[in-house]
Amino acid sequence: MTGIRFEGVTVAYGDNTVLDSLSLTVEPGEVMALLGPSGSGKTTALRSVAGFVRPAAGRVFIGGRDVTGLAPHRRGVGMVVQQYALFPHMRVDANVAFGLRAQKAPRAMIAGRVAEALEMTGMAAYAKRYPRELSGGQQQRVAIARALAIRPGVLLLDEPLSALDAQLRSGMLAELARLHRELPDVTMLYVTHDQVEALTLADRIAVMDRARLRDCGTPQELYRRPRTEFTASFVGNANLLPVTVTGDGRVGLAGTDVSVPTGGAAHGATATLCVRPHLVGLGPGPNTLRGRVTEVQWRGATHRVAVEVDGHHVTAEVRELRETPALGDEVTVHFASEDAVLLPAGGTNG
Amino acid sequence: MLVHSRRARWAVQAVFFALFLPVFALPFLVIVAASFATNWSGVLPSGATTAHYRDLVHGDATDALVTSLVTAVAAGLLALALGTWAALAAQSLRGRRSRKAVDALFMLPVAVPSVVVGLSLLVAFSRPPLLLNGTREIVIVAHTVLVTAFAHQSVTAALARLDPAYEQLAASLGARPAHVLWRVKLPLLLPSLTAAAGLCFALSMGELSATMMLYPPDWLPLPVKIFGATDRGALFSGAALAVVLMVTTLLALLGVSRIRTRASYR
Repeated sequence: MTGIRFEGVTVAYGDNTVLDSLSLTVEPGEVMALLGPSGSGKTTALRSVAGFVRPAAGRVFIGGRDVTGLAPHRRGVGMVVQQYALFPHMRVDANVAFGLRAQKAPRAMIAGRVAEALEMTGMAAYAKRYPRELSGGQQQRVAIARALAIRPGVLLLDEPLSALDAQLRSGMLAELARLHRELPDVTMLYVTHDQVEALTLADRIAVMDRARLRDCGTPQELYRRPRTEFTASFVGNANLLPVTVTGDGRVGLAGTDVSVPTGGAAHGATATLCVRPHLVGLGPGPNTLRGRVTEVQWRGATHRVAVEVDGHHVTAEVRELRETPALGDEVTVHFASEDAVLLPAGGTNG
Repeated sequence: MLVHSRRARWAVQAVFFALFLPVFALPFLVIVAASFATNWSGVLPSGATTAHYRDLVHGDATDALVTSLVTAVAAGLLALALGTWAALAAQSLRGRRSRKAVDALFMLPVAVPSVVVGLSLLVAFSRPPLLLNGTREIVIVAHTVLVTAFAHQSVTAALARLDPAYEQLAASLGARPAHVLWRVKLPLLLPSLTAAAGLCFALSMGELSATMMLYPPDWLPLPVKIFGATDRGALFSGAALAVVLMVTTLLALLGVSRIRTRASYR
């Protein structure tokens, strides 16, 4: 059982710091998603585990062993990348056998492991094909089989599904979840910019932005109780509204008094109210706000209605409407107190 | 250029052939005609004979051809090995400046006229302990120096295009750098390597100016023999030799390009 530990890992290219003192522990057997926009440092963090970048400061541990200065081929991590990077001059079985052959494993063992890895990823029928004869999804399965054949303690996945189309992606997501159930000992570090992938697959999500770790927690925690405005908006595109605390359990929002859990927030303090679009309803309710419709999007099963409330945008995602409001119509929106979260105001740093 | 109307396409093709044929194709045809001719008093050579080729078979032309082939293969392979090695080494250098320095060093024989390369080798290796003057090795060394630049340049370009993900993934699977080089990098570079080898071979087959300064009496490559023949006025046998050189080089290049098509994976 091997975990991963980052201790103040900093990576810089010249003056450009791409990863700023990351400290994070991935438990053995855990799936940790590194979620963030491009340029957030998430791929750099993964590459520091693989050994492709050398941290300017800090240490990286795999299974309790300090690997900071260790060459990539001595680390024993499996890796899957977005562009597959299958060796084009080798057949599928030779690709999968590559790691074992490189480590001079006995021939009989190689054959067994290759068959097992191809079986596990459903690619056994394609062993004698060349990568160029396979579709994108099949190539990615082979890439996963190749990484698993060396029985790594740690599997690094760098945007593994980003090159696939939407339908294939959800299928592969289910496959990866199944692989994780079948290989509960393998620790996975999963880099993605897609919140759905992170929410579906990860045991915990580390949210990154501008070279820094912003938040870390289980998908439920981050989704239901985000701790920072960045997390709230990046994971689930929450509505964020500036409010002033007016009393215990009461905040002032756009001239209206609404009731939300305020925790220990001091009277008169400014804060940010966070509500998920699908928890906002049209029409009057417990916490009612009045505004004008600025945009209506039909998304098949749902309607997404943007309402401007006193200069602030509130998005409501509601079940498909029989009669859609027209742009400029005056409408009311509401949300339940228990669905709202109060965040400290300003800054995305938390 | 995309030309859609049929008439415009014809016009473009006519211009192409009007420019291409006189400059590129016709001179070769004239050489071929001259190699079969008995006299040349009009615009084109005239009279038909295969006597020049029969003379070649009986004379020492085959020796010269073998000399050229051995020199070109040896120089081509040496240049490929050196150029590839240098390109791989330069790539792993830290810092853009040192990489530029290596590139400049290998461009030097291209920038310096080949007569100067020949002369400098002659001067440099004419005293013991490095006395190569008058040996066949000095001819091969000169050709190697002249063509390594082209091998280095094409391998460098191919390396720059190679996705670093391949070698990184190979390393993550536990492959030592040497294993990555032999099993991943070089196979992926193979199409460029064979192309570079073909180029070096062809350049060496036609090299005259540096060879002129260096060749010993027992190592006389074909271009030198062609020059000698035309110099003493034997134009028709010179033309026959030229055709032999041309056809041999073309056949060799065709062979190399066949390797390349089988080895290209993408």
